[in-house]
Amino acid sequence: MSEVKDYKYIGQRTIRPDGFDKVTGRANFGADLTLPGMLWARVKRSPYAHARIIDIDTSKAEALAGVMAVATAADFPAIASETLQMGETSADIRDLARNNLALEKVLYHGHAVAAVAAVSQTIADQAVELIEVEYAELTPVMDVLEAIKDDAPILHDDLFTAGLAETPETPSNIAMRMELKKGDIDAGFAEADVIVEREYQTPTVHQGYIEPHACTVRYDEDGQSMIWCCTQGHFDVRASTAKILNMELSKIKVIASEIGGGFGGKTTIYLEPVALVLSKKSGRPVKLVMNREEVFRASGPGSATRSWIKVGARKDGTITAMQGILHYEAGAFKGSPMAPGVMCVFTPYDVANVHIEGFDVVVNKPKVAAYRAPGAPQAEFAAESAINELADKLDMDPIELRLKNAAKEGTQAIYGPKFKAIGLVECLEAAKNSAHYKSPLGKNQGRSIAAGFWFNAGMSSSVVINMNPDGTVVVVEGSPDIGGSRASMAMMAAEELGIAVEKIKPIIADTDGVGLNSTTGGSRTTFATGMAIIEAAQDVVKQMKERAAAVWNVTLDQVDWVDGVAVNTADEARLSAAEICAAAGSTGGPISARASLTARGAGPSFAVHVADVEVDPDTGKVDVIRYTAIQDAGKAIHPGYVEGQYQGGAAQGIGWALNEEYIYDENGVLENAGYLDYRIPLASDLPMIETVIVEVPNPFHPYGVRGVGESSIIPPLAAVSSAVSNAIGVRMSELPCSPPRVLKAIQSRDN
Amino acid sequence: MSSNVNFYDPGADSALEELEEGTGAARTGLGRNGTSRRAFIKGIIAAGATVSAGFMLHGLAGCTREVPVRGAVERLISLNVNGTVRRVDVLPQETLAMTLRYKLGLTGTKLGCDRSECGACTVLLDDVTTYACSTLTHTVRKSQITTIEGLQAANGDLHPVQQAFIDELGPQCGFCTPGQIMSTIALLKSSPRPTREEAQMALSGNLCRCGAYDHYLNSVMRAAGEA
Repeated sequence: MSEVKDYKYIGQRTIRPDGFDKVTGRANFGADLTLPGMLWARVKRSPYAHARIIDIDTSKAEALAGVMAVATAADFPAIASETLQMGETSADIRDLARNNLALEKVLYHGHAVAAVAAVSQTIADQAVELIEVEYAELTPVMDVLEAIKDDAPILHDDLFTAGLAETPETPSNIAMRMELKKGDIDAGFAEADVIVEREYQTPTVHQGYIEPHACTVRYDEDGQSMIWCCTQGHFDVRASTAKILNMELSKIKVIASEIGGGFGGKTTIYLEPVALVLSKKSGRPVKLVMNREEVFRASGPGSATRSWIKVGARKDGTITAMQGILHYEAGAFKGSPMAPGVMCVFTPYDVANVHIEGFDVVVNKPKVAAYRAPGAPQAEFAAESAINELADKLDMDPIELRLKNAAKEGTQAIYGPKFKAIGLVECLEAAKNSAHYKSPLGKNQGRSIAAGFWFNAGMSSSVVINMNPDGTVVVVEGSPDIGGSRASMAMMAAEELGIAVEKIKPIIADTDGVGLNSTTGGSRTTFATGMAIIEAAQDVVKQMKERAAAVWNVTLDQVDWVDGVAVNTADEARLSAAEICAAAGSTGGPISARASLTARGAGPSFAVHVADVEVDPDTGKVDVIRYTAIQDAGKAIHPGYVEGQYQGGAAQGIGWALNEEYIYDENGVLENAGYLDYRIPLASDLPMIETVIVEVPNPFHPYGVRGVGESSIIPPLAAVSSAVSNAIGVRMSELPCSPPRVLKAIQSRDN
Repeated sequence: MSSNVNFYDPGADSALEELEEGTGAARTGLGRNGTSRRAFIKGIIAAGATVSAGFMLHGLAGCTREVPVRGAVERLISLNVNGTVRRVDVLPQETLAMTLRYKLGLTGTKLGCDRSECGACTVLLDDVTTYACSTLTHTVRKSQITTIEGLQAANGDLHPVQQAFIDELGPQCGFCTPGQIMSTIALLKSSPRPTREEAQMALSGNLCRCGAYDHYLNSVMRAAGEA
């Protein structure tokens, strides 16, 4: 399907349709909508990491002048446990309700317990202070290895470990155990000449999107309601809000605002049902916006993990066995991305004997949310670090070791499929041949590499293409645009229609305005929504050819479609799209096409990164001095934004490797709930991130597209930390490689 | 909208003592001889002299109060925003970001942290970058305030920095973009031909979690060649 074609629009660096809005301040984000009569809301949050709620007294808050409504979990209908797919992860809807407003227990510091809507933010803030909550404090459990102990405080009396041969009779903090294996792991290690084995640790990290969660909602007297919010998936906001409030889907219209970053963190909800209850009770529109501290304390971060990895190889570099045990923190409610971690951890390698165990464990931290390739960076950090250590022990180049064992077309992936064409080998070769990899290093400098694998998702997309009477085009889609996807949608429509990309206007409709679309997540949008656009555009072309054939009174096979113009092959007569559309009323009606599909065949995207670091031996501070991100895009629709995804994932991964971590005190209170102390990379922290776009076409996509948004965050963790290891001569197995940790490693080496 | 604007606070009179000299409708309505000041303010608002009349995306609804709050009396002041004098009623503790966003309808100034950490609210005060989230509105009455909405030429043409940010595919999600552009404009005013390293430092007060720094720096360097 994906033969090499000459494209007119695909592969160009087109200006984005929303560029003007983004540079003039006209783009409207989550907190930017204000409605007449609107109230301001604030959430009351738990001061304890773990406590039983004895009583909530809202009377004083309700009595404060200007307070129009107060909400607690008692305002939510009782709902049963039910799993709802949200983006590339899923959530138990009962847990989600309790995460939005705590019922019976608070499970982390900052857990929402009540909310107030008032005529001003000041009054809402004051009213929250007047809500009196009586708690019975419980001991928090903050670490995954503590939480799995037999005598650990139990978060949920009704949580029993799933995935065991027999369902246990006593509750546990282990929500699920999962195991994947192939071959004979003991025989594999017996074959090995060299074995590396080590424990790894990654901290709780936050997606760090600059725009806080925000919504403005209105519950109307007739039971219809509107939600304006910043989300990666407004259809999932609708679905989850409807479940929590026991409403029909058609009663809720969700409008996706522009979204100021999400990276997985905006695939779930915190505010919308709460705001809707407040709106219903007050009869007024309600705005509810998290502040930055609330974002850090109470929105879902990425899982902290503890892992153990063992890898064995023969002297020639053939890996004979890979084994891992992965513990993921889920936060307050079950549902860490442990399963994708288990499925990803060793998948870049074609190895005969593999055994992986994973555990999903609840702790007294905010419920984790997806974070860019959820689960994969943590697991592959451990595995890739082990591969680098193995290369050292074998005295082999780490790229050569990976090439020798790399998964390729035909490799049976442990999680199920046999790979079709994939680009890992091509990415490794590109790394090996890069000027970067061949360049010399200086004193106190180190270099390393790592690979990354992510499945990518397909899921459901619906689009409509409407032809305007003047031949311009409206592409109605429903995938919130988080990084420029409107540009690639317009380009794909232009390519199929033969109509200039400037004449195509992509819009993201609300949940009433277009068929169902899965969340923008799993790197699915350009792949799957793009497929729907291609299909709808082909339908439009067919209709326009039919109209031309009718006008000319010829058969359809006598009409060609060339660059947006119908051509009569018999007499070279021409009708432009504009002419056909202008006359559409008299040739059968307006021209429009729709496509709804569930996209299959999302091709995995492999990435390989090369990192150079310099370590200050006196302070332990690490600077990344050169960085190259290489990744298979299948076919880059918009190379500029593909590079943007590579650079963005690298920047976040570098932050994860070097600086970012949640730091809790002994009471389970987050001590660094702000950007000053939770330090994400600044412009001055990073070198120019060099990129290489590898294109091994995805055979399941008309253009060969693979999603590119996520894999790029996976390799930096091991590439950077292994580069630090190489610079200082000590294996760094705990992230982040922050100055104190690196300095300690240097001192332990010198002692 | 004016029906939402009410001043019940008995302290309102003293609060209005600081009322500055207005122009046009404001001066006409100024009743120093005992005319109800509440009526006066309502008059100005009805005339559209103090605040934007837009109510959908940049209304004043949220910032008006129907009941008094101790120590939170609003005062009518003049601000020079984007070359225009705007009359606006602000609370003593109100930040410039809140005034711009919710009283003047200038929502291009973003709030990412509201605590001087992220730079999404960067505006220019007399050509110097300032975090609007941590600036009290009543302290900037003497300053020329420039926001992202004030950069275009009178004929609507984009500022060369804005155009460069489009042409170099600067934004990824676009939320931090207004702040990045304001910092760039300040940089190019003080240093018209910066090196890339100088640009890196100049943008270091503006967090971008998309990691679009390379694209932003390309934008700055292009603008430096054209601005």
